Amino acid sequence: MSASTINESAINQSTGSREQPPPGLVGPLAWLRTNLFGSWVSTAVTLALLYIIVRVLFSFVEWAFVNAIWHVPYSATGIAQTAVCQDAKGTGACWAVIADKYRLILFGRFPYDEQWRPAIVVVLFVALFALSTIKAVWRKGIDSPIVRYIAMSGAGLILLDNAAGLLDTIAEVGFGVHLPLPFGLLLLLNTIGKCALVFGLLLLWPAIGVWIGTLAVIGILMFGGILGLTAVPVDYWGGLPITLILATFGLAFAFPLAVLVALGRRSTQLPAVKMLCVVYVELIRGVPLISVLFMASVMFPLFMPPGINVDKLLRAQIAVILFAAAYLAEVVRGGLQALPKGQSEAADAMGLSYWQKTGFIILPQALRLVIPPLVNTFIGFFKDTSLVLIIGLFDLLTMGKVALSDPPWQSFSTEVYIALAVIYIVFCYGMSRYSRGLERELNSARGR
Amino acid sequence: MNAIVLDKVNKWFGTLHVLRDITMTVATGEKVVVCGPSGSGKSTMIRCINRLESHQEGHIFVDGTELTDDLRALDTIRREVGMVFQSFNLFPHLTILENCTLAPIWVRKMPKAEAEELAMSYLERVKIPEQALKYPGQLSGGQQQRVAIARALCMRPKIMLFDEPTSALDPEMIKEVLDTMIALAESGMTMVVVTHEMGFARQVADRVVFMDMGEIVESGPPKRMFEAPETDRLKLFLSQILRGD
Repeated sequence: MSASTINESAINQSTGSREQPPPGLVGPLAWLRTNLFGSWVSTAVTLALLYIIVRVLFSFVEWAFVNAIWHVPYSATGIAQTAVCQDAKGTGACWAVIADKYRLILFGRFPYDEQWRPAIVVVLFVALFALSTIKAVWRKGIDSPIVRYIAMSGAGLILLDNAAGLLDTIAEVGFGVHLPLPFGLLLLLNTIGKCALVFGLLLLWPAIGVWIGTLAVIGILMFGGILGLTAVPVDYWGGLPITLILATFGLAFAFPLAVLVALGRRSTQLPAVKMLCVVYVELIRGVPLISVLFMASVMFPLFMPPGINVDKLLRAQIAVILFAAAYLAEVVRGGLQALPKGQSEAADAMGLSYWQKTGFIILPQALRLVIPPLVNTFIGFFKDTSLVLIIGLFDLLTMGKVALSDPPWQSFSTEVYIALAVIYIVFCYGMSRYSRGLERELNSARGR
Repeated sequence: MNAIVLDKVNKWFGTLHVLRDITMTVATGEKVVVCGPSGSGKSTMIRCINRLESHQEGHIFVDGTELTDDLRALDTIRREVGMVFQSFNLFPHLTILENCTLAPIWVRKMPKAEAEELAMSYLERVKIPEQALKYPGQLSGGQQQRVAIARALCMRPKIMLFDEPTSALDPEMIKEVLDTMIALAESGMTMVVVTHEMGFARQVADRVVFMDMGEIVESGPPKRMFEAPETDRLKLFLSQILRGD
């Protein structure tokens, strides 16, 4: 009896004073002890790895910074004298190749004096991505009938001009005549319509407006031909803008398509739609991206009627969209599959329609579940856009190779590829960080 | 006026005959408790009433409308029939209040403010108005099930279906949910309840229906059913289920 009383009071005492864990169990020192120096084996491994890391780091810093050569002299004819670099090869990096070629790598064969345009385009893309990560941007704007009317009539004017253009093309191809339509006026209306649409959308749903507006400005800067800008054909585009255009448009269009395909593939009511989605996904997944690009660039034009020419970039873009959508569709389907059946049944029992159920209940939960694999696929496709080199488009990676074909610089591929890797890492790591932040935010909102 | 009519309803899952000639009517304002061993088809039967499952033979009329493949008829019926599930099925990404206002706003086209007012009044009825802005994951099982009842009531249904509403709950939470259901029964709602809570059946039910092997074996007032079961199957079932009481 007395023994138990003593024990109890001892327990009470110790628990009373134990608000915090004992010292030595938390903090960086404790972490080091448990994770790196837990036993003599792990201590030995830690020290050995530490030695290797320090050695590698030292020699890299020595090569990349201490012994690096940043500038080389040029001959009277403007040819780089790379003898200094050749001498330093193996002991120091020759960053002079980047200093010499960075504009070619970043902007390709875009006319040299006009390269401020793709430079602004890159800045706009980055700004667009940065802006899109801010949650407030995606909120609903002013939703009034007048704003809706402005946006709708803008869209109407654009459609009017496009319809007239299409009719005229048909008449020309089919009957060899031009239609007597006031094309000047229609073009003016089209321009007014575009402004009205962007303005309306900007008010209605700021994020969409910002996207469409920015992409329109990007288009104007790249194509030129209006507002006193020299027209630059797509064949002269290259470098980072090509990579960003292919990836941004590719994923922006592939994602909604992927959601539709995933929903279609799970449809029980529409067997034909389901069949179509299955065939599409399996067909695209079954072939390499390279062959899809080849088909888009070589075979597709054979099927088009003569006189209609879809340009190479657009064809590659469509190929990327179709390919990415098939992969994303399977990721989205994984999320749909993971949802308990009860969620769908509860929505049905409340009388929600299919699209209400899908939009409010199924997709918000399913997409949240698959953020990690979605971003994984996004990052993969950002890098896969470099495959367009095989159909003669000059993306960032291809431009690096082109830069290296210049005789004086031929042996400095390491430096160029490191520079390219840094650019790719910046974009891919950005996506990865954003997705982690998004996951954390969505989970904390549910109190989990 | 009959709220629900089932007329010789048959259903198969593949070759398994899960509902056999189910014929039953539920009058407006009547409370029917359906019981039976697991696998007896009672959940399937109640799920046929709002067509979460479709029947293959026979006719089901709800509030005078027949359930067929006609989607428009189905929409009308689902508006009038609320359902509470064993696993609550609250939407975890929406707050309690949003769970309750979603259907009134989008199906009944109610203005948001009005829907929120309505939702708060029902949340008060199930005694958890203070949880309105939390997410389902932050509530206990009993609270979640009471929210599920409030959510169904927000559509102002004429009929409420309960599919084993207390089976997934810890024992200490069963009472709070049953109390909510008793209060609802006292307000005159037409209710079909699949449950093993015989105390609830005794207190609330106008009629108890006993199902086994996909058919209705016996039905009648709770007092008669529990005190003088006519069939051996019901006797056996009662002896098994009441042994613990």
